[in-house]
Amino acid sequence: MRWILPIDRVNPDDQSRVGGKATALAALKSEGFPVPDSVCITTDAYHAYLDTTGLRERIQLELHRKEFDHMRWEEIWDCAMRIRNLFLGKPMPLDLADEIASELESRFGDRPVAIRSSAPGEDARQASFAGLHESFINIRGTEAVLDHIRLVWSSLWSDAALLYRKEVGLDLEHSAMGVLVQETLVGERSGVAFTRSPHDEHLGVIEAVYGLNQGLVDGTVQPDRWMVNRESIRILEHTPAERRHMVSAAKSGVSQVALSTDQIHDSPLQPEDVERVFRQALRAEQTFDSPQDVEWTIRGETLYVLQSRPITTWTNQAEGDKRGWYLSLHRSFENLRSLRQRIEHQLIPEMVDIAREMAETDLTRLSDTQLADEIRRRVDINMKWTSVYWADFIPFAHGIRLFGQVYNDTIRPDDPYEFMDLLGATPMASLERNRLLEELAAMVREDRSRMEAYENQETDHVDDAFARKIEAFIEKFGDLSCPVTGGTQCGQGPEALLRIVAEIAAHPPPAKPPARSDDVRQLAQAFLDRFEDEEKDRAADLLDLARASYRLRDDDNIHMGRIEAQLHAAMREARFRLERRHEDELGDDRLSRIVSEINGSETGPNRAVADEQSTRSFRARQLVGQPAGPGICRGKARVIGTSADLADFRYGEVLVCDSVDPNMTFVVPLAAGILERRGGMLIHGAIIAREYGLPCVTGITDATLFIQTGDTVTVDGYLGIVTVEAVEFI
Amino acid sequence: MESSGEIKKRLRELFEAQKLAVLSTHDNGQPYASLVAFAVTSDLKYFLFVTPKTTRKFANLTADPRVAFMVDSRSNEDADFHRAIAVTVTGTAGSIKKNAHPDLLRLYLARHPHLEEFVRAPTAALVRVAVSRYYMVHHFQHVLELDISS
Repeated sequence: MRWILPIDRVNPDDQSRVGGKATALAALKSEGFPVPDSVCITTDAYHAYLDTTGLRERIQLELHRKEFDHMRWEEIWDCAMRIRNLFLGKPMPLDLADEIASELESRFGDRPVAIRSSAPGEDARQASFAGLHESFINIRGTEAVLDHIRLVWSSLWSDAALLYRKEVGLDLEHSAMGVLVQETLVGERSGVAFTRSPHDEHLGVIEAVYGLNQGLVDGTVQPDRWMVNRESIRILEHTPAERRHMVSAAKSGVSQVALSTDQIHDSPLQPEDVERVFRQALRAEQTFDSPQDVEWTIRGETLYVLQSRPITTWTNQAEGDKRGWYLSLHRSFENLRSLRQRIEHQLIPEMVDIAREMAETDLTRLSDTQLADEIRRRVDINMKWTSVYWADFIPFAHGIRLFGQVYNDTIRPDDPYEFMDLLGATPMASLERNRLLEELAAMVREDRSRMEAYENQETDHVDDAFARKIEAFIEKFGDLSCPVTGGTQCGQGPEALLRIVAEIAAHPPPAKPPARSDDVRQLAQAFLDRFEDEEKDRAADLLDLARASYRLRDDDNIHMGRIEAQLHAAMREARFRLERRHEDELGDDRLSRIVSEINGSETGPNRAVADEQSTRSFRARQLVGQPAGPGICRGKARVIGTSADLADFRYGEVLVCDSVDPNMTFVVPLAAGILERRGGMLIHGAIIAREYGLPCVTGITDATLFIQTGDTVTVDGYLGIVTVEAVEFI
Repeated sequence: MESSGEIKKRLRELFEAQKLAVLSTHDNGQPYASLVAFAVTSDLKYFLFVTPKTTRKFANLTADPRVAFMVDSRSNEDADFHRAIAVTVTGTAGSIKKNAHPDLLRLYLARHPHLEEFVRAPTAALVRVAVSRYYMVHHFQHVLELDISS
């Protein structure tokens, strides 16, 4: 039995085959600790699976599409998701499946099991892998168990695990995963024990919840907490939780249920229980000769140790290390649901109000001093909303991913991004803007004199309906002269808007994107049909949440853009006044100070070293990024460096940019394809390209360096490859 | 992002590690590929190889000096797909007199000392290819062009 090893036959030398968690459990068992009945699926099984299915190289190909160090966290998310789908799509080879199934059936019968990751340490930091890989509990039936073993394997390549290995510079190629399959112990009370507090070496910490400890581990259930003196094992402090819910075993998997009145009232552990748990944890510390982080559960009278690992703290918690933030992006459904409430009912209305309030201020009537104060206030407002953006809006986007994972697990589609089609049929602010633009263009197509009369301000001939529509557009979306968030060259007036409308009008109306609403309904139905009873409601709630999350990915930027535009408006007014000031005229210096202060801190939109290009003796023939919108197109590149470049956009060009900001998507209807430096499937460019059915490749870091406006490029959105047409070397 | 200095460094490392290249010539439009032991000058401007004058490849490049090479780091394993680098070289070939270019001969023999007798035979031609471009493929599909002739 190369592939399976019962826990009582594991010895310390097997660490590299069964992983740290399994080795520790075996040691505890041999010391007489009550532990769940367990078997290990060895790393040999993992390797056999990779080799037979050919996944080993497919994973590496995914990870080597570009320099791993150049990947953004969103790209790593995507990478992890595609890799997970590879595992989902490849069943175990028969011999492997047979051996595992027969051993598990003889040991556990048809009882539900827990399936946990047990990764061999890749180096001395092994224990820091805690929490990076997946575990599943209460899984029933051979088929489902085999599936979940593959999911645990795939979690070796989860975004969190990849980010971690990137962070500490670990080898991406040589890693393996062991899996623990255990009887499911449905304890009445569970928790964790730290034999030594990271903050005070004389203290230990115990946390406890009712039910299973999944809720505690993933942060959805708040635990009661005790500080214990290590020497005397005396309780020094008890911090009760706001007890409301617990996680309990459902028909399969787990679910959150409300606590009984007694449970809400009584703490899950009595003082004597706390002492008992802590003594047990100290015994584990003695066994391993180092402070331990012990997961335990109490069923009936028995205190089980579920796992024990050395206490480590994250290394490299230096300033600027954002890993903690990345990991915090994994939000639970409950967390996302309350975030949604906050965003939809509090934050967005506040943004709308503050933008309106600023727009209503007549800047021309302010004194110089008042204007300086107003600019300062608008800077603060911008800063506040930028931090809200990072703290709330971006994490909320995880709703899309959460749904994507459930959808892929349930449906197992060939295209890992099929779930995006279910989300797309939701109204987005930028699409509404583009619809208005198309209406304006249609009026111009019908009668070109409308445009001329408006442009030349021939008051007698101006078409009222057209003029009203233009004004309504500007009222709602601005005049497009300052369309890029962060852009600084804002004109005042509708020229840019008119130019774009003229360009749209000069070409036939776009073929309507295929009416997808029926397909979307069918896809959604097929998804929901896989669930029963309350699980169906939960799936529908998740879909609804994901749609809100998808919509907000676009709308938040539009709202941010409006707030930012108000700062620009005040700056424009200030610059205008300063330019007109005579040198000898004494004005309030604060105005000039704040203007130069802000001028200094503003960085223009990316200009990735185009100057260097002219001196280069090499160029790109083919660039590889991430496929982000299926389709292929060929056209002249239009590299967008500053917002001013947008107005020059011509029909049939390929949009090349750092990242498509929702505030610039109005040129998308003109584009043949999209090419972005920023990577990821869930970024705006990819979302909007999918909406319009445009080929899109993202994550080409060197795009703006190797491609210049006017170059002919071919965008292959299936393979994620961009070909730059041969231009002779000078 | 690579600089042309970094690209040249990667090319040199590859040419240092590999001894054999696939040479492409043609006979009236019929492509023809052969394996040759090569050396490259340190400025990357010239490729060198030696062939008996009776070979098909020699006849082909005499009739049309436009040739291409392929040098790569494959190891015949799955991992090649994400790890290997492949370089296509285009240029113009010409047979040069061995005694007129002792430095090039030395360079070649330093790379392939076991070919000494072969190289010294009067029927073996020393072929020098003036490189016009390098096409470097890595990360499976990432292709850069480096112009070397200017």
